[in-house]
Amino acid sequence: MIRIFFAEWRKLRRPTLLIGTFAAALFFNALITSFIYLMIDSPQGNSDRGRSVGREVLGLANGSVTGFASIGGLLGIIALCVFAAQSAQEYTYGTLRNLLVRQPRRLVLLAGKYSAMKSFALLLTFVNLLVSVGISIYLSDRAKVSTDLWFTSAGWSAIAHTTINVYISIVFYAIIGISLGILLRSPISAISIALVWILIIENLIGAVKPVTLKWMPGNQLATIAQGGSPEISYSHAMILGSSYVLVALFVSSLLFTKRDVAN
Amino acid sequence: MSNQAIEVQGLTKKYDNTVAVQSASFTVPRGTICGFVGPNGAGKTTTIRMLLGLITPTSGSGTVLGHSITEPEKYLASVGALIEGPAFYPALSGSENLKVLATMAGIPTERVDELINLVGLTGRGGDKFKTYSLGMKQRLGIAAALLPSPEILILDEPTNGLDPEGIQEVRDLLKKLASEGTTVFVSSHLLSEIEIISHHIVMLRKGEVVFAGSINDLLLNQKPMIIVRTENEGDLEKVAAIATADGHHVSIRHGEAHIEGPHEWAPILNKKAFDVGITLSQLTPTLPNLEETFFEMTGDRS
Repeated sequence: MIRIFFAEWRKLRRPTLLIGTFAAALFFNALITSFIYLMIDSPQGNSDRGRSVGREVLGLANGSVTGFASIGGLLGIIALCVFAAQSAQEYTYGTLRNLLVRQPRRLVLLAGKYSAMKSFALLLTFVNLLVSVGISIYLSDRAKVSTDLWFTSAGWSAIAHTTINVYISIVFYAIIGISLGILLRSPISAISIALVWILIIENLIGAVKPVTLKWMPGNQLATIAQGGSPEISYSHAMILGSSYVLVALFVSSLLFTKRDVAN
Repeated sequence: MSNQAIEVQGLTKKYDNTVAVQSASFTVPRGTICGFVGPNGAGKTTTIRMLLGLITPTSGSGTVLGHSITEPEKYLASVGALIEGPAFYPALSGSENLKVLATMAGIPTERVDELINLVGLTGRGGDKFKTYSLGMKQRLGIAAALLPSPEILILDEPTNGLDPEGIQEVRDLLKKLASEGTTVFVSSHLLSEIEIISHHIVMLRKGEVVFAGSINDLLLNQKPMIIVRTENEGDLEKVAAIATADGHHVSIRHGEAHIEGPHEWAPILNKKAFDVGITLSQLTPTLPNLEETFFEMTGDRS
């Protein structure tokens, strides 16, 4: 499996993909984290869906990663798009047949792909953590936010917890992406269906009937990144999100191992 | 150890109501070049995919290097394959594409440079695959197939897109590999191509094997032919009638009558045609080539 891991990284490390993905992630990261501090006094709010995050909240022990937690869902969506494209392209390019000739144990191949994805997600998580916390420190003074509690033991604990939550969320999103890629075998279909569902349909249904957001997969994964929300508890999001991901994992593994490779 | 590199018995693949391969049975001896021929859609690629574990047969069995095709992990490390044209990542260079496969199979990446040179891509290995011409892509596909130093090389239409020089290079390469003990199973719809390089042949038509064996045996068993052209193409039917009346089998295609018969009968035909006022513009006694034989055996007389 380690060979597949390194083989996958030969594909993931190509500059267009790696720089493009990280540039997009860091751009949104910088934008959202900066907004939290720069718009701190705005009556329209400074966070997700018009919420206001005040100085007293940002001054708490978990204040350094408030921006990072907010960006978690978006990082997950970026990972979903990258890995949906990566898995579906194996079918559209016809490269899957080459891979399966060199590694006929399909589950091992899939496991290798997942392990490469997890390491990619880890890198994405840590780079964005550093940038988000860095921007937070840089802007805290200007926004008159106290950082006294940020690097206490409680602060470090909050950083660790948020990092783990964002990482889990990114991995879950990426698993959904890989599964959609395998299921649909078309990058455009996999990405567009995922984005339309997560960004439009879930929000539309949620706007009409807010209680449904408690059951929507995209909302669960974003909530995991945030460590829970006022509407959905962390444990609920984790249990339900894991269930969705396990189903996706099972279905995609079954399809990947049993389906004929005829293209 | 079996003398057969590939053995297939009653291999069948059905898709809903379509039969892609129907009860195919054949063997490929070790160390030979075996041509796998048939028109487009005959089931060649489907058969190859079943041999490589990419497609599950509906029924039947097979072995590759003595291992069942239901356990491809036991033999694929010794198999190189180019299936239905070269498929690589467009944004990666040719070398990097090969390194992906080499890394996955635990093959030293130094072999990649060696193969890039072997297939005539020296100096272009660092270029992105999407910038390659069709011939270069095909060469890279052959290089990928050669990565594991295979005991069996399975190539699906390897000369597609190659210029005459490239085709000759591939022929020479396959002959060299076979002389070193590699079994080459090469599919093509170009029968003349296969006739030049193969020792054995498996002929497939509409999913069914119509012949499997030595190419010499196949051609020796075929009857000699006389190829006839007439000054007026409309007279071909009359020539066919003369030949049929004398007990010879005739097929007309591409403006020629192909008459089964010994070369001694050619002057007799010439005289009979002259007597009824037909002028022959060509009268060529010949032994059938693979293409003739294929059409004769499959009954395709278009």
